[in-house]
Amino acid sequence: MTDLSVKIAGVEFKNPVMTASGTFGSGAEYSEFVDLNRLGAVVTKGVANVPWPGNPVPRVAEVYGGMLNAIGLQNPGIDVFCKRDIPFLKKFDTKIIVNVCGHTTEEYLEVVDRLADEPIDMMEINISCPNVKEGGIAFGQDPKAVEAITKAVKDHAKQPVIMKLSPNVTDITEMAKAAEAGGADALSMINTLTGMKIDINRRCFVLANQTGGMSGPAVKPIAVRMVYQSAQAVSIPIIGMGGITNAEDAMEFILAGATAVSVGTANFINPTATTEIIDGLTKYLEDNHIESIRELIGAVR
Amino acid sequence: MKIKETATIVSQKEISEGIFDLVLETPSIAGEAKAGQFVDLYSNDKSRLLPRPISLCGIDAEKKQLRLVYRAGGKGTVEFSGMKQGETIDILGPLGNGFPLEEAAGKNVYLIGGGIGVPPMLETAAQLFDAAALTAQPSADEEAAVSTAPTKIVSVLGYRSDCFLKTEFDRYGETLVATEDGSSGAKGTVLDAIAEDGRTPEVIFACGPKPMLRALKAYAVEKNIPCYVSMEERMACGIGACLACVCQSTEVDGHSHVHNKRVCKDGPVFECREIEL
Repeated sequence: MTDLSVKIAGVEFKNPVMTASGTFGSGAEYSEFVDLNRLGAVVTKGVANVPWPGNPVPRVAEVYGGMLNAIGLQNPGIDVFCKRDIPFLKKFDTKIIVNVCGHTTEEYLEVVDRLADEPIDMMEINISCPNVKEGGIAFGQDPKAVEAITKAVKDHAKQPVIMKLSPNVTDITEMAKAAEAGGADALSMINTLTGMKIDINRRCFVLANQTGGMSGPAVKPIAVRMVYQSAQAVSIPIIGMGGITNAEDAMEFILAGATAVSVGTANFINPTATTEIIDGLTKYLEDNHIESIRELIGAVR
Repeated sequence: MKIKETATIVSQKEISEGIFDLVLETPSIAGEAKAGQFVDLYSNDKSRLLPRPISLCGIDAEKKQLRLVYRAGGKGTVEFSGMKQGETIDILGPLGNGFPLEEAAGKNVYLIGGGIGVPPMLETAAQLFDAAALTAQPSADEEAAVSTAPTKIVSVLGYRSDCFLKTEFDRYGETLVATEDGSSGAKGTVLDAIAEDGRTPEVIFACGPKPMLRALKAYAVEKNIPCYVSMEERMACGIGACLACVCQSTEVDGHSHVHNKRVCKDGPVFECREIEL
Protein backbone atom coordinates (compact mmCIF):
# COMPACT_ATOMS: atom_id res chain seq x y z
CA MET A 1 0.00 0.00 0.00
CA THR A 2 1.59 3.23 -1.12
CA ASP A 3 1.14 6.49 0.72
CA LEU A 4 0.85 9.70 -1.29
CA SER A 5 -0.17 11.93 1.60
CA VAL A 6 1.88 15.00 2.46
CA LYS A 7 1.63 17.69 5.11
CA ILE A 8 2.19 21.42 4.67
CA ALA A 9 1.95 23.82 7.62
CA GLY A 10 -0.09 21.29 9.57
CA VAL A 11 -2.56 20.72 6.73
CA GLU A 12 -2.77 17.11 5.60
CA PHE A 13 -3.22 16.49 1.86
CA LYS A 14 -4.32 13.06 0.61
CA ASN A 15 -1.86 13.39 -2.24
CA PRO A 16 0.55 16.08 -3.45
CA VAL A 17 -1.36 16.99 -6.62
CA MET A 18 -3.06 20.39 -6.73
CA THR A 19 -4.43 22.63 -9.45
CA ALA A 20 -2.46 25.72 -10.42
CA SER A 21 -4.27 28.97 -9.76
CA GLY A 22 -6.00 30.49 -12.76
CA THR A 23 -6.17 27.32 -14.82
CA PHE A 24 -8.99 25.60 -13.00
CA GLY A 25 -11.45 28.32 -11.99
CA SER A 26 -12.94 27.18 -8.69
CA GLY A 27 -13.29 23.65 -9.99
CA ALA A 28 -16.89 23.79 -11.25
CA GLU A 29 -16.06 23.56 -14.94
CA TYR A 30 -13.51 20.78 -14.57
CA SER A 31 -15.75 18.80 -12.22
CA GLU A 32 -17.44 17.52 -15.40
CA PHE A 33 -14.20 15.66 -16.17
CA VAL A 34 -12.41 15.22 -12.87
CA ASP A 35 -13.64 13.80 -9.55
CA LEU A 36 -12.53 16.70 -7.36
CA ASN A 37 -12.59 14.35 -4.35
CA ARG A 38 -9.43 12.77 -5.70
CA LEU A 39 -7.33 15.95 -5.73
CA GLY A 40 -4.89 16.89 -3.00
CA ALA A 41 -6.23 20.43 -3.20
CA VAL A 42 -7.99 22.85 -5.48
CA VAL A 43 -6.10 26.13 -5.71
CA THR A 44 -8.61 28.68 -6.91
CA LYS A 45 -8.33 31.44 -9.48
CA GLY A 46 -7.04 34.62 -7.82
CA VAL A 47 -9.67 36.65 -6.02
CA ALA A 48 -9.54 40.35 -5.12
CA ASN A 49 -11.55 42.57 -2.78
CA VAL A 50 -13.82 43.72 -5.63
CA PRO A 51 -14.58 42.30 -9.11
CA TRP A 52 -11.78 42.82 -11.66
CA PRO A 53 -12.57 42.94 -15.39
CA GLY A 54 -9.13 41.72 -16.52
CA ASN A 55 -7.34 42.67 -19.74
CA PRO A 56 -8.61 43.21 -23.30
CA VAL A 57 -8.59 40.26 -25.71
CA PRO A 58 -6.73 38.47 -27.23
CA ARG A 59 -5.66 37.17 -23.85
CA VAL A 60 -3.91 33.98 -24.93
CA ALA A 61 -1.44 32.89 -27.56
CA GLU A 62 0.20 29.59 -28.28
CA VAL A 63 3.99 29.39 -28.44
CA TYR A 64 6.29 26.44 -29.12
CA GLY A 65 5.74 23.96 -26.28
CA GLY A 66 3.78 26.44 -24.23
CA MET A 67 1.40 29.35 -24.15
CA LEU A 68 1.23 32.98 -23.15
CA ASN A 69 -1.65 34.37 -21.15
CA ALA A 70 -2.57 37.87 -20.12
CA ILE A 71 -5.96 37.34 -18.52
CA GLY A 72 -5.20 40.10 -16.03
CA LEU A 73 -6.75 38.40 -12.99
CA GLN A 74 -10.39 38.78 -14.00
CA ASN A 75 -12.37 37.69 -10.95
CA PRO A 76 -15.84 38.19 -9.47
CA GLY A 77 -14.61 39.64 -6.18
CA ILE A 78 -14.43 38.13 -2.71
CA ASP A 79 -18.15 38.52 -1.82
CA VAL A 80 -19.37 36.38 -4.71
CA PHE A 81 -16.45 34.02 -4.19
CA CYS A 82 -17.41 33.37 -0.57
CA LYS A 83 -21.09 32.95 -1.41
CA ARG A 84 -20.70 30.80 -4.51
CA ASP A 85 -17.28 29.21 -4.93
CA ILE A 86 -16.36 28.16 -1.39
CA PRO A 87 -19.71 26.40 -0.75
CA PHE A 88 -19.28 24.60 -4.08
CA LEU A 89 -15.82 23.35 -3.13
CA LYS A 90 -16.96 22.36 0.36
CA LYS A 91 -19.10 19.65 -1.23
CA PHE A 92 -15.91 17.77 -2.07
CA ASP A 93 -13.38 15.93 0.05
CA THR A 94 -10.41 18.01 -1.02
CA LYS A 95 -8.46 20.88 0.50
CA ILE A 96 -9.27 24.44 -0.52
CA ILE A 97 -6.46 26.90 -1.14
CA VAL A 98 -7.63 30.38 -2.07
CA ASN A 99 -5.35 32.47 -4.27
CA VAL A 100 -5.45 36.14 -3.23
CA CYS A 101 -4.57 39.10 -5.43
CA GLY A 102 -4.55 42.85 -4.97
CA HIS A 103 -3.14 46.14 -6.26
CA THR A 104 -2.09 47.38 -2.82
CA THR A 105 -1.27 45.92 0.59
CA GLU A 106 -4.65 47.14 1.81
CA GLU A 107 -6.47 45.28 -0.94
CA TYR A 108 -4.64 42.03 -0.16
CA LEU A 109 -5.43 42.43 3.53
CA GLU A 110 -9.11 43.12 2.88
CA VAL A 111 -9.39 39.74 1.17
CA VAL A 112 -7.27 38.00 3.80
CA ASP A 113 -9.52 39.42 6.55
CA ARG A 114 -12.65 38.46 4.68
CA LEU A 115 -11.38 34.86 4.46
CA ALA A 116 -10.71 34.60 8.20
CA ASP A 117 -14.03 32.94 9.01
CA GLU A 118 -14.33 30.95 5.81
CA PRO A 119 -13.83 27.17 5.84
CA ILE A 120 -10.70 27.19 3.69
CA ASP A 121 -7.48 25.35 4.41
CA MET A 122 -4.79 27.72 3.21
CA MET A 123 -4.33 30.88 1.20
CA GLU A 124 -1.86 31.54 -1.54
CA ILE A 125 -0.76 35.15 -1.97
CA ASN A 126 -0.16 36.06 -5.58
CA ILE A 127 2.72 38.52 -5.61
CA SER A 128 3.89 37.36 -9.00
CA CYS A 129 1.26 37.99 -11.69
CA PRO A 130 3.07 39.57 -14.63
CA ASN A 131 -0.13 40.81 -16.26
CA VAL A 132 -1.40 43.57 -13.99
CA LYS A 133 0.20 46.96 -13.85
CA GLU A 134 -0.04 47.67 -10.14
CA GLY A 135 0.33 45.10 -7.42
CA GLY A 136 0.95 41.52 -8.41
CA ILE A 137 4.53 41.24 -9.52
CA ALA A 138 5.48 44.64 -8.12
CA PHE A 139 5.44 42.98 -4.70
CA GLY A 140 7.38 39.97 -5.90
CA GLN A 141 10.56 41.34 -7.46
CA ASP A 142 12.15 43.06 -4.49
CA PRO A 143 13.11 41.04 -1.39
CA LYS A 144 12.19 43.90 0.96
CA ALA A 145 8.73 44.17 -0.58
CA VAL A 146 8.30 40.37 -0.43
CA GLU A 147 9.16 40.32 3.24
CA ALA A 148 6.91 43.30 4.02
CA ILE A 149 3.82 41.95 2.27
CA THR A 150 4.38 38.51 3.76
CA LYS A 151 4.58 39.99 7.27
CA ALA A 152 1.47 42.10 6.71
CA VAL A 153 -0.51 39.12 5.45
CA LYS A 154 0.74 36.86 8.25
CA ASP A 155 -0.38 39.43 10.85
CA HIS A 156 -3.92 39.18 9.52
CA ALA A 157 -4.25 35.63 8.23
CA LYS A 158 -6.14 33.00 10.19
CA GLN A 159 -5.05 30.22 7.83
CA PRO A 160 -1.52 29.17 6.83
CA VAL A 161 -0.02 31.36 4.12
CA ILE A 162 1.69 30.30 0.89
CA MET A 163 3.61 33.02 -0.94
CA LYS A 164 3.59 32.48 -4.71
CA LEU A 165 6.87 33.58 -6.23
CA SER A 166 7.79 34.96 -9.62
CA PRO A 167 10.55 33.51 -11.79
CA ASN A 168 11.07 36.97 -13.32
CA VAL A 169 13.91 37.77 -10.92
CA THR A 170 17.70 37.46 -10.96
CA ASP A 171 17.87 35.17 -7.95
CA ILE A 172 14.73 33.46 -6.75
CA THR A 173 16.41 32.28 -3.54
CA GLU A 174 16.53 35.92 -2.39
CA MET A 175 12.73 36.08 -2.70
CA ALA A 176 12.29 32.67 -1.08
CA LYS A 177 14.41 33.72 1.90
CA ALA A 178 12.57 37.04 2.17
CA ALA A 179 9.19 35.27 2.27
CA GLU A 180 10.49 32.87 4.89
CA ALA A 181 11.83 35.79 6.93
CA GLY A 182 8.39 37.43 6.67
CA GLY A 183 6.84 34.35 8.23
CA ALA A 184 5.47 32.49 5.20
CA ASP A 185 4.30 28.97 5.99
CA ALA A 186 5.10 27.71 2.50
CA LEU A 187 6.15 28.85 -0.96
CA SER A 188 4.74 28.08 -4.35
CA MET A 189 6.69 28.51 -7.56
CA ILE A 190 6.91 29.30 -10.34
CA ASN A 191 4.36 31.77 -11.62
CA THR A 192 4.61 32.43 -15.37
CA LEU A 193 7.63 33.87 -17.17
CA THR A 194 7.03 37.17 -18.91
CA GLY A 195 7.00 36.61 -22.66
CA MET A 196 5.95 38.18 -25.93
CA LYS A 197 4.74 37.01 -29.32
CA ILE A 198 4.64 39.05 -32.49
CA ASP A 199 2.38 38.47 -35.47
CA ILE A 200 4.73 38.89 -38.43
CA ASN A 201 1.92 39.14 -40.98
CA ARG A 202 -0.06 41.86 -39.24
CA ARG A 203 3.14 43.28 -37.67
CA CYS A 204 1.66 43.69 -34.24
CA PHE A 205 1.64 42.05 -30.83
CA VAL A 206 -0.47 38.90 -30.65
CA LEU A 207 -1.68 39.72 -27.13
CA ALA A 208 -3.62 42.93 -26.52
CA ASN A 209 -1.51 43.33 -23.38
CA GLN A 210 1.68 43.05 -25.52
CA THR A 211 3.31 40.77 -22.94
CA GLY A 212 1.94 37.68 -21.27
CA GLY A 213 2.96 35.00 -18.83
CA MET A 214 4.51 31.91 -20.40
CA SER A 215 3.56 28.49 -19.10
CA GLY A 216 3.53 24.93 -20.35
CA PRO A 217 6.06 22.12 -20.84
CA ALA A 218 8.73 24.45 -22.25
CA VAL A 219 9.20 26.22 -18.88
CA LYS A 220 9.58 23.06 -16.80
CA PRO A 221 13.41 22.89 -16.61
CA ILE A 222 13.52 26.47 -15.33
CA ALA A 223 10.88 25.71 -12.72
CA VAL A 224 12.64 22.53 -11.55
CA ARG A 225 15.89 24.45 -11.19
CA MET A 226 14.20 27.22 -9.17
CA VAL A 227 12.47 24.73 -6.87
CA TYR A 228 15.77 22.96 -6.31
CA GLN A 229 17.65 26.21 -5.54
CA SER A 230 14.91 27.44 -3.22
CA ALA A 231 14.69 24.11 -1.41
CA GLN A 232 18.40 24.47 -0.60
CA ALA A 233 17.89 28.03 0.63
CA VAL A 234 14.83 27.76 2.88
CA SER A 235 13.35 25.24 5.30
CA ILE A 236 9.62 25.88 4.64
CA PRO A 237 7.79 23.54 2.25
CA ILE A 238 7.56 24.31 -1.46
CA ILE A 239 4.70 23.64 -3.86
CA GLY A 240 6.30 23.21 -7.27
CA MET A 241 4.74 24.00 -10.62
CA GLY A 242 5.65 24.94 -14.15
CA GLY A 243 4.91 22.75 -17.15
CA ILE A 244 3.89 19.60 -15.30
CA THR A 245 1.91 17.38 -17.69
CA ASN A 246 2.49 13.88 -16.34
CA ALA A 247 3.66 11.94 -13.28
CA GLU A 248 7.27 11.90 -14.46
CA ASP A 249 7.27 15.70 -14.51
CA ALA A 250 5.69 15.80 -11.05
CA MET A 251 8.37 13.40 -9.71
CA GLU A 252 11.12 15.71 -10.98
CA PHE A 253 9.73 18.54 -8.86
CA ILE A 254 9.34 16.31 -5.80
CA LEU A 255 12.86 14.96 -6.11
CA ALA A 256 14.09 18.54 -6.53
CA GLY A 257 12.53 19.44 -3.17
CA ALA A 258 8.83 20.16 -3.69
CA THR A 259 6.44 18.76 -1.08
CA ALA A 260 3.52 19.11 -3.47
CA VAL A 261 2.95 20.02 -7.10
CA SER A 262 0.40 22.01 -9.08
CA VAL A 263 -0.88 21.22 -12.54
CA GLY A 264 -1.85 24.19 -14.69
CA THR A 265 -1.61 24.49 -18.45
CA ALA A 266 -1.83 20.69 -18.78
CA ASN A 267 -5.50 20.91 -17.80
CA PHE A 268 -6.16 22.74 -21.09
CA ILE A 269 -4.51 19.96 -23.09
CA ASN A 270 -5.94 17.12 -21.09
CA PRO A 271 -8.84 17.83 -18.69
CA THR A 272 -8.03 14.70 -16.66
CA ALA A 273 -4.30 15.45 -16.32
CA THR A 274 -4.53 15.87 -12.54
CA THR A 275 -6.01 12.46 -11.77
CA GLU A 276 -3.76 10.76 -14.33
CA ILE A 277 -0.77 12.26 -12.52
CA ILE A 278 -2.06 10.96 -9.16
CA ASP A 279 -2.38 7.46 -10.66
CA GLY A 280 1.08 7.80 -12.20
CA LEU A 281 2.63 8.75 -8.87
CA THR A 282 1.09 5.68 -7.20
CA LYS A 283 2.48 3.50 -9.95
CA TYR A 284 5.93 5.10 -9.60
CA LEU A 285 5.97 4.29 -5.89
CA GLU A 286 4.80 0.71 -6.52
CA ASP A 287 7.30 0.11 -9.32
CA ASN A 288 10.11 1.41 -7.15
CA HIS A 289 8.91 -0.34 -3.96
CA ILE A 290 8.71 2.90 -2.02
CA GLU A 291 6.14 3.19 0.74
CA SER A 292 5.66 6.94 0.99
CA ILE A 293 6.13 9.80 -1.42
CA ARG A 294 7.53 11.74 1.52
CA GLU A 295 10.71 9.65 1.32
CA LEU A 296 11.43 11.18 -2.06
CA ILE A 297 10.92 14.88 -1.32
CA GLY A 298 14.24 16.55 -2.08
CA ALA A 299 15.96 13.19 -2.53
CA VAL A 300 18.17 14.55 -5.31
CA ARG A 301 20.85 16.82 -3.92
CA MET B 1 -22.27 16.50 -21.07
CA LYS B 2 -18.84 17.30 -22.44
CA ILE B 3 -16.66 14.43 -23.55
CA LYS B 4 -13.03 14.08 -24.60
CA GLU B 5 -12.57 11.19 -26.96
CA THR B 6 -10.66 9.93 -29.96
CA ALA B 7 -12.38 10.44 -33.29
CA THR B 8 -11.63 8.65 -36.55
CA ILE B 9 -11.47 10.48 -39.84
CA VAL B 10 -14.12 9.17 -42.23
CA SER B 11 -13.29 11.50 -45.10
CA GLN B 12 -11.67 14.80 -45.89
CA LYS B 13 -11.62 16.92 -49.03
CA GLU B 14 -10.77 20.47 -50.04
CA ILE B 15 -14.04 22.04 -51.21
CA SER B 16 -12.68 25.51 -51.96
CA GLU B 17 -9.22 27.04 -51.81
CA GLY B 18 -7.97 26.43 -48.26
CA ILE B 19 -11.43 25.30 -47.08
CA PHE B 20 -11.62 21.68 -45.92
CA ASP B 21 -14.61 19.41 -45.40
CA LEU B 22 -13.84 16.87 -42.68
CA VAL B 23 -16.13 14.09 -41.50
CA LEU B 24 -15.28 12.48 -38.15
CA GLU B 25 -16.71 9.44 -36.49
CA THR B 26 -17.01 10.08 -32.76
CA PRO B 27 -18.10 7.47 -30.22
CA SER B 28 -20.27 9.85 -28.19
CA ILE B 29 -20.03 13.53 -29.08
CA ALA B 30 -22.20 13.43 -32.22
CA GLY B 31 -25.03 11.99 -30.15
CA GLU B 32 -24.93 14.98 -27.78
CA ALA B 33 -24.23 17.88 -30.13
CA LYS B 34 -26.55 20.74 -31.12
CA ALA B 35 -26.51 23.21 -34.00
CA GLY B 36 -24.24 26.16 -33.29
CA GLN B 37 -22.03 24.30 -30.86
CA PHE B 38 -18.36 23.59 -31.52
CA VAL B 39 -15.67 21.02 -30.77
CA ASP B 40 -12.02 21.40 -29.78
CA LEU B 41 -9.52 19.51 -31.91
CA TYR B 42 -6.14 18.62 -30.42
CA SER B 43 -2.97 18.60 -32.48
CA ASN B 44 -0.98 15.39 -32.69
CA ASP B 45 2.15 17.55 -32.56
CA LYS B 46 2.85 17.99 -28.85
CA SER B 47 4.59 21.34 -29.39
CA ARG B 48 1.13 22.71 -30.21
CA LEU B 49 -0.66 22.51 -26.93
CA LEU B 50 -3.93 24.30 -27.28
CA PRO B 51 -6.97 22.75 -28.90
CA ARG B 52 -8.48 24.41 -31.99
CA PRO B 53 -12.16 25.30 -31.70
CA ILE B 54 -14.11 24.42 -34.87
CA SER B 55 -17.85 24.83 -35.41
CA LEU B 56 -20.16 21.99 -36.40
CA CYS B 57 -21.30 22.06 -40.02
CA GLY B 58 -23.16 18.78 -39.74
CA ILE B 59 -24.31 16.42 -36.98
CA ASP B 60 -25.41 12.87 -37.71
CA ALA B 61 -26.31 11.27 -34.38
CA GLU B 62 -27.31 7.95 -35.97
CA LYS B 63 -24.04 7.49 -37.85
CA LYS B 64 -22.14 9.05 -34.93
CA GLN B 65 -20.58 11.51 -37.32
CA LEU B 66 -19.64 15.18 -37.17
CA ARG B 67 -18.90 17.27 -40.22
CA LEU B 68 -16.48 20.17 -39.83
CA VAL B 69 -15.85 22.68 -42.60
CA TYR B 70 -12.90 24.88 -41.69
CA ARG B 71 -10.21 27.09 -43.12
CA ALA B 72 -6.65 25.81 -42.97
CA GLY B 73 -4.96 29.00 -41.80
CA GLY B 74 -2.53 28.43 -38.94
CA LYS B 75 -0.20 25.53 -38.28
CA GLY B 76 -2.79 23.54 -36.35
CA THR B 77 -5.52 23.63 -38.97
CA VAL B 78 -2.96 23.00 -41.74
CA GLU B 79 -1.96 19.86 -39.83
CA PHE B 80 -5.61 18.75 -39.62
CA SER B 81 -6.09 19.39 -43.35
CA GLY B 82 -3.39 16.85 -44.16
CA MET B 83 -5.06 14.06 -42.21
CA LYS B 84 -6.46 11.09 -44.11
CA GLN B 85 -9.28 8.60 -43.77
CA GLY B 86 -8.67 6.18 -40.88
CA GLU B 87 -6.34 8.48 -38.96
CA THR B 88 -7.40 9.54 -35.47
CA ILE B 89 -7.64 12.83 -33.63
CA ASP B 90 -8.56 13.73 -30.06
CA ILE B 91 -11.56 15.99 -29.70
CA LEU B 92 -13.47 17.62 -26.86
CA GLY B 93 -17.11 18.51 -27.09
CA PRO B 94 -19.80 19.39 -27.62
CA LEU B 95 -18.90 22.88 -26.40
CA GLY B 96 -20.87 26.09 -26.06
CA ASN B 97 -24.58 26.77 -26.11
CA GLY B 98 -25.68 26.56 -29.75
CA PHE B 99 -28.42 28.51 -31.53
CA PRO B 100 -31.77 28.85 -29.70
CA LEU B 101 -33.80 27.15 -32.44
CA GLU B 102 -37.04 27.64 -30.50
CA GLU B 103 -36.74 31.39 -31.14
CA ALA B 104 -37.44 30.66 -34.82
CA ALA B 105 -40.80 29.05 -34.08
CA GLY B 106 -43.54 30.47 -36.27
CA LYS B 107 -41.25 33.09 -37.78
CA ASN B 108 -39.43 33.88 -41.00
CA VAL B 109 -35.92 33.02 -39.87
CA TYR B 110 -32.83 34.33 -41.67
CA LEU B 111 -29.68 32.26 -41.33
CA ILE B 112 -26.77 34.51 -42.15
CA GLY B 113 -23.24 33.26 -42.67
CA GLY B 114 -20.14 35.15 -43.75
CA GLY B 115 -17.00 33.42 -45.03
CA ILE B 116 -15.91 30.65 -42.68
CA GLY B 117 -19.00 31.55 -40.62
CA VAL B 118 -21.15 29.87 -43.29
CA PRO B 119 -20.60 26.22 -42.18
CA PRO B 120 -22.37 26.29 -38.77
CA MET B 121 -25.45 27.79 -40.44
CA LEU B 122 -25.85 24.63 -42.55
CA GLU B 123 -26.63 22.33 -39.62
CA THR B 124 -28.87 25.07 -38.21
CA ALA B 125 -30.75 25.20 -41.53
CA ALA B 126 -31.04 21.42 -41.64
CA GLN B 127 -32.49 21.19 -38.13
CA LEU B 128 -34.98 24.00 -38.67
CA PHE B 129 -36.00 22.44 -41.99
CA ASP B 130 -36.54 19.07 -40.31
CA ALA B 131 -38.61 20.70 -37.58
CA ALA B 132 -40.80 22.41 -40.17
CA ALA B 133 -41.19 19.19 -42.19
CA LEU B 134 -42.08 17.23 -39.07
CA THR B 135 -44.69 19.78 -38.08
CA ALA B 136 -46.27 19.50 -41.52
CA GLN B 137 -46.84 15.77 -40.99
CA PRO B 138 -50.17 14.93 -39.35
CA SER B 139 -48.55 12.18 -37.26
CA ALA B 140 -45.82 14.44 -35.98
CA ASP B 141 -44.52 14.37 -32.48
CA GLU B 142 -46.20 17.70 -31.92
CA GLU B 143 -44.37 18.95 -28.91
CA ALA B 144 -40.91 18.36 -30.36
CA ALA B 145 -41.72 19.69 -33.79
CA VAL B 146 -43.91 22.69 -33.12
CA SER B 147 -41.47 24.15 -30.64
CA THR B 148 -38.83 25.02 -33.23
CA ALA B 149 -40.66 25.00 -36.58
CA PRO B 150 -40.14 28.25 -38.51
CA THR B 151 -42.63 29.35 -41.16
CA LYS B 152 -39.88 30.17 -43.62
CA ILE B 153 -36.11 29.67 -43.82
CA VAL B 154 -33.99 32.13 -45.79
CA SER B 155 -30.23 31.59 -45.84
CA VAL B 156 -28.07 34.60 -46.65
CA LEU B 157 -24.49 33.68 -47.46
CA GLY B 158 -21.62 36.10 -47.88
CA TYR B 159 -18.40 35.11 -49.65
CA ARG B 160 -15.30 36.68 -51.14
CA SER B 161 -15.93 34.83 -54.37
CA ASP B 162 -16.35 31.04 -54.28
CA CYS B 163 -19.79 30.06 -52.90
CA PHE B 164 -18.84 26.87 -51.06
CA LEU B 165 -21.72 24.88 -49.48
CA LYS B 166 -24.28 27.14 -51.21
CA THR B 167 -26.04 24.33 -53.12
CA GLU B 168 -26.51 22.43 -49.86
CA PHE B 169 -28.40 25.36 -48.35
CA ASP B 170 -30.75 25.36 -51.35
CA ARG B 171 -32.33 22.15 -50.03
CA TYR B 172 -33.59 23.87 -46.93
CA GLY B 173 -35.25 26.99 -48.33
CA GLU B 174 -34.42 30.13 -50.19
CA THR B 175 -30.81 31.19 -50.48
CA LEU B 176 -29.53 34.71 -51.05
CA VAL B 177 -25.88 35.24 -51.88
CA ALA B 178 -23.50 38.19 -51.68
CA THR B 179 -19.95 38.18 -53.00
CA GLU B 180 -17.27 40.81 -52.51
CA ASP B 181 -16.29 40.65 -56.17
CA GLY B 182 -19.87 40.47 -57.43
CA SER B 183 -19.26 37.17 -59.20
CA SER B 184 -22.46 35.70 -57.72
CA GLY B 185 -25.55 37.32 -56.20
CA ALA B 186 -25.39 40.80 -54.77
CA LYS B 187 -22.07 42.61 -54.94
CA GLY B 188 -21.05 43.48 -51.40
CA THR B 189 -22.12 42.10 -48.06
CA VAL B 190 -24.95 39.97 -46.70
CA LEU B 191 -26.79 43.19 -45.83
CA ASP B 192 -26.59 44.25 -49.47
CA ALA B 193 -28.18 40.93 -50.41
CA ILE B 194 -30.98 41.47 -47.88
CA ALA B 195 -31.55 45.06 -49.10
CA GLU B 196 -31.66 43.94 -52.74
CA ASP B 197 -34.18 41.26 -51.85
CA GLY B 198 -36.36 43.82 -50.11
CA ARG B 199 -37.96 41.66 -47.39
CA THR B 200 -37.27 41.93 -43.67
CA PRO B 201 -36.46 38.94 -41.43
CA GLU B 202 -38.42 38.23 -38.25
CA VAL B 203 -35.46 36.64 -36.46
CA ILE B 204 -31.77 36.31 -37.38
CA PHE B 205 -29.20 33.64 -36.58
CA ALA B 206 -25.72 34.59 -37.76
CA CYS B 207 -22.07 33.60 -37.77
CA GLY B 208 -19.25 35.45 -39.47
CA PRO B 209 -16.55 38.08 -39.12
CA LYS B 210 -17.00 40.76 -36.46
CA PRO B 211 -17.68 43.64 -38.91
CA MET B 212 -20.55 41.59 -40.36
CA LEU B 213 -21.97 40.85 -36.91
CA ARG B 214 -21.62 44.51 -35.95
CA ALA B 215 -23.55 45.58 -39.05
CA LEU B 216 -26.23 42.96 -38.39
CA LYS B 217 -26.63 44.19 -34.83
CA ALA B 218 -27.20 47.74 -36.06
CA TYR B 219 -29.72 46.41 -38.61
CA ALA B 220 -31.54 44.26 -36.03
CA VAL B 221 -31.74 47.11 -33.53
CA GLU B 222 -33.08 49.47 -36.21
CA LYS B 223 -35.69 46.94 -37.38
CA ASN B 224 -36.43 45.84 -33.81
CA ILE B 225 -35.93 42.12 -34.49
CA PRO B 226 -34.15 39.49 -32.40
CA CYS B 227 -30.70 38.60 -33.70
CA TYR B 228 -28.50 35.81 -32.37
CA VAL B 229 -24.82 35.96 -33.30
CA SER B 230 -22.07 33.37 -32.89
CA MET B 231 -18.85 34.90 -31.60
CA GLU B 232 -15.24 33.85 -32.00
CA GLU B 233 -12.27 34.53 -29.74
CA ARG B 234 -8.87 33.03 -28.94
CA MET B 235 -9.49 30.19 -26.50
CA ALA B 236 -7.50 27.96 -24.20
CA CYS B 237 -9.54 25.58 -22.03
CA GLY B 238 -12.78 25.63 -24.08
CA ILE B 239 -14.96 24.95 -21.03
CA GLY B 240 -15.19 28.27 -19.21
CA ALA B 241 -12.42 27.91 -16.64
CA CYS B 242 -9.52 30.00 -17.93
CA LEU B 243 -11.35 33.23 -18.85
CA ALA B 244 -9.27 33.74 -22.00
CA CYS B 245 -12.08 34.03 -24.56
CA VAL B 246 -14.28 36.73 -23.12
CA CYS B 247 -16.40 39.24 -25.01
CA GLN B 248 -17.76 42.41 -23.49
CA SER B 249 -21.30 42.28 -22.23
CA THR B 250 -23.62 45.27 -22.10
CA GLU B 251 -24.76 44.40 -18.56
CA VAL B 252 -22.76 43.00 -15.65
CA ASP B 253 -22.67 39.25 -16.28
CA GLY B 254 -24.24 36.99 -13.66
CA HIS B 255 -21.25 34.65 -13.55
CA SER B 256 -18.23 36.94 -13.97
CA HIS B 257 -19.77 39.90 -12.09
CA VAL B 258 -18.00 42.20 -14.55
CA HIS B 259 -18.87 43.20 -18.15
CA ASN B 260 -17.46 39.99 -19.58
CA LYS B 261 -19.04 36.83 -20.91
CA ARG B 262 -17.18 33.66 -21.78
CA VAL B 263 -17.47 32.91 -25.50
CA CYS B 264 -16.74 29.19 -25.00
CA LYS B 265 -19.23 28.59 -22.20
CA ASP B 266 -21.83 31.40 -22.05
CA GLY B 267 -21.71 31.56 -25.89
CA PRO B 268 -20.61 31.30 -28.59
CA VAL B 269 -24.18 32.38 -29.44
CA PHE B 270 -25.48 35.58 -27.85
CA GLU B 271 -28.46 37.79 -28.54
CA CYS B 272 -26.64 40.73 -30.14
CA ARG B 273 -28.01 43.23 -27.60
CA GLU B 274 -26.32 41.29 -24.76
CA ILE B 275 -22.82 42.06 -26.04
CA GLU B 276 -20.71 44.94 -27.30
CA LEU B 277 -19.82 44.54 -30.96
